[in-house]
Amino acid sequence: MSDAPSPSTPTSTATPASASQGARIIAVTSGKGGVGKTFVSANLAAALSRRGQRVLVLDADLGLANLDVVLNLHPKITLHDVFTGKSSLDDAVIAAPGGFSVVLAGSGMVEYSRLTPEVRNQFLNVIQTLAPRFDVILLDTGAGISDVVLFSVSLASEVLIVATPEPTSLTDAYAAIKVLAMQQKRQHVRMVVNQAARPGDGRAITSQLQQVLERFVATDSGRPLRLIHMGDIPADLAVRDAVMRRQLLLLNTPGCPAALAISQLAGKIEETLLTRAG
Amino acid sequence: MPHTASSPIVDLRDLRLDTAISLVGHEGAVPPGHTATAPAQYLQRLIDGLCDLSLKDPLTGLANRRHFQAVLEREIDRVTRSGEAALLLMLDIDRFKQVNDTYGHLAGDRVLQAVAQSLSNCVRPMDTLARYGGEEFAVVLPACQAAFGKAVAERIRRTIAATPIRIDSMTELNVTISIGGAFALQWIRSTTPLWTDRADHQLYRAKSEGRNRVCIEEQPDSTVTAEEKGMLFGPLYSPSGWGDLTAMNLNDSAH
Repeated sequence: MSDAPSPSTPTSTATPASASQGARIIAVTSGKGGVGKTFVSANLAAALSRRGQRVLVLDADLGLANLDVVLNLHPKITLHDVFTGKSSLDDAVIAAPGGFSVVLAGSGMVEYSRLTPEVRNQFLNVIQTLAPRFDVILLDTGAGISDVVLFSVSLASEVLIVATPEPTSLTDAYAAIKVLAMQQKRQHVRMVVNQAARPGDGRAITSQLQQVLERFVATDSGRPLRLIHMGDIPADLAVRDAVMRRQLLLLNTPGCPAALAISQLAGKIEETLLTRAG
Repeated sequence: MPHTASSPIVDLRDLRLDTAISLVGHEGAVPPGHTATAPAQYLQRLIDGLCDLSLKDPLTGLANRRHFQAVLEREIDRVTRSGEAALLLMLDIDRFKQVNDTYGHLAGDRVLQAVAQSLSNCVRPMDTLARYGGEEFAVVLPACQAAFGKAVAERIRRTIAATPIRIDSMTELNVTISIGGAFALQWIRSTTPLWTDRADHQLYRAKSEGRNRVCIEEQPDSTVTAEEKGMLFGPLYSPSGWGDLTAMNLNDSAH
């Protein structure tokens, strides 16, 4: 061995910028499981495609994927087949009921719940290949802050945190935001509060989170990470009904308060993130 | 001075399957030359010898790379479940090639053995010291709080720098080491390559910043303190503010 150790490759071979040629990549994540992350991803995708956007939802929850369950899809070809070389990526892009496309992880993906350099590269390849064909890619990440989640979030230019008003959800959302601020040097993170009991709840939660962040989380730049409140999705029994029927809320009861809120959220995302000059 | 790992209490080449079987069966088939030893004792020595051979580095007597990997795997399993802190240090002797080139490979071996000896005086019994390869060593420190990580690594660095190594009757060498360290990700299941990668990256930093120094990765802190929770929840869940949230939901579902 020579004087210096062989320079190991730093953890990420590609920057978010190189991964986002074409589509705007938004990671939907939560900190805690069971807050409606996949529900929001799927219905937001439907709302965005209704507005004319070409949308892909990529099941980035490699360990415990359930986008197929939410959408009632029975995919023959999944990311697992792509990773193992059994199928081409093109065959794994499936049309979903809401007019958008999905790539599903598949149950065999448990093997990939550990982030190895191979998984990292294959995942990166998938995104780089698909990005030029869409306007927006939603990464439906796993819960928690495992290295797979942090990696998939690192590929996104925007992060959308889904939280519910429950104390456990808020704590975990806060922990996730903290890691994103310190490890990924995020300047801002967007918030959606799901199952809000009444109007204004989400905004109160976001501003409270912001205050705690400013008090406790130091960033390199010296400026605190900024939380941007994107909207609330009200607690709505129609959501439960749609989930149990395994249908998109936007197709099942398009006029219900939660569906309207998601459409509004789509409008706001389109306006702030997807409108580009020229 | 460290012994070499394969101390020839029992010559493993003597091991034959029928010998081992008859030893287990207490029929007593201790090979000639070992007749003073009880059969069970002889078998135990064989097993110990095999373990040493498969787990230790012959030159330094430290854990070999295979053993190191196993320890690291186990540590990852543990921190994933317990959320405890654990530190991995990667150490590399500075300008070791010059020692070999100037004084020969035997002197190089003496340096490796002496460094291994000093290292084992610096760590706790629960820590695992390994020869990672060449002049690179690794230390796995379970239950090592973030606040102590830097101190431990500094102590190791200073000890090595302050311990001259006699390579022959005429010559004493002063060597230094560079140390890179990374903590296990708490509550998160990582992998051994990723963890070693992070520590290695810090070692690379220590080398490029001038050697004989310690670089430890800053920890992404994902713990939420009571103080943070207090500030987070206080205004949101006070009885007058959000306490009726659940009640509202219950009323909804009663319709």
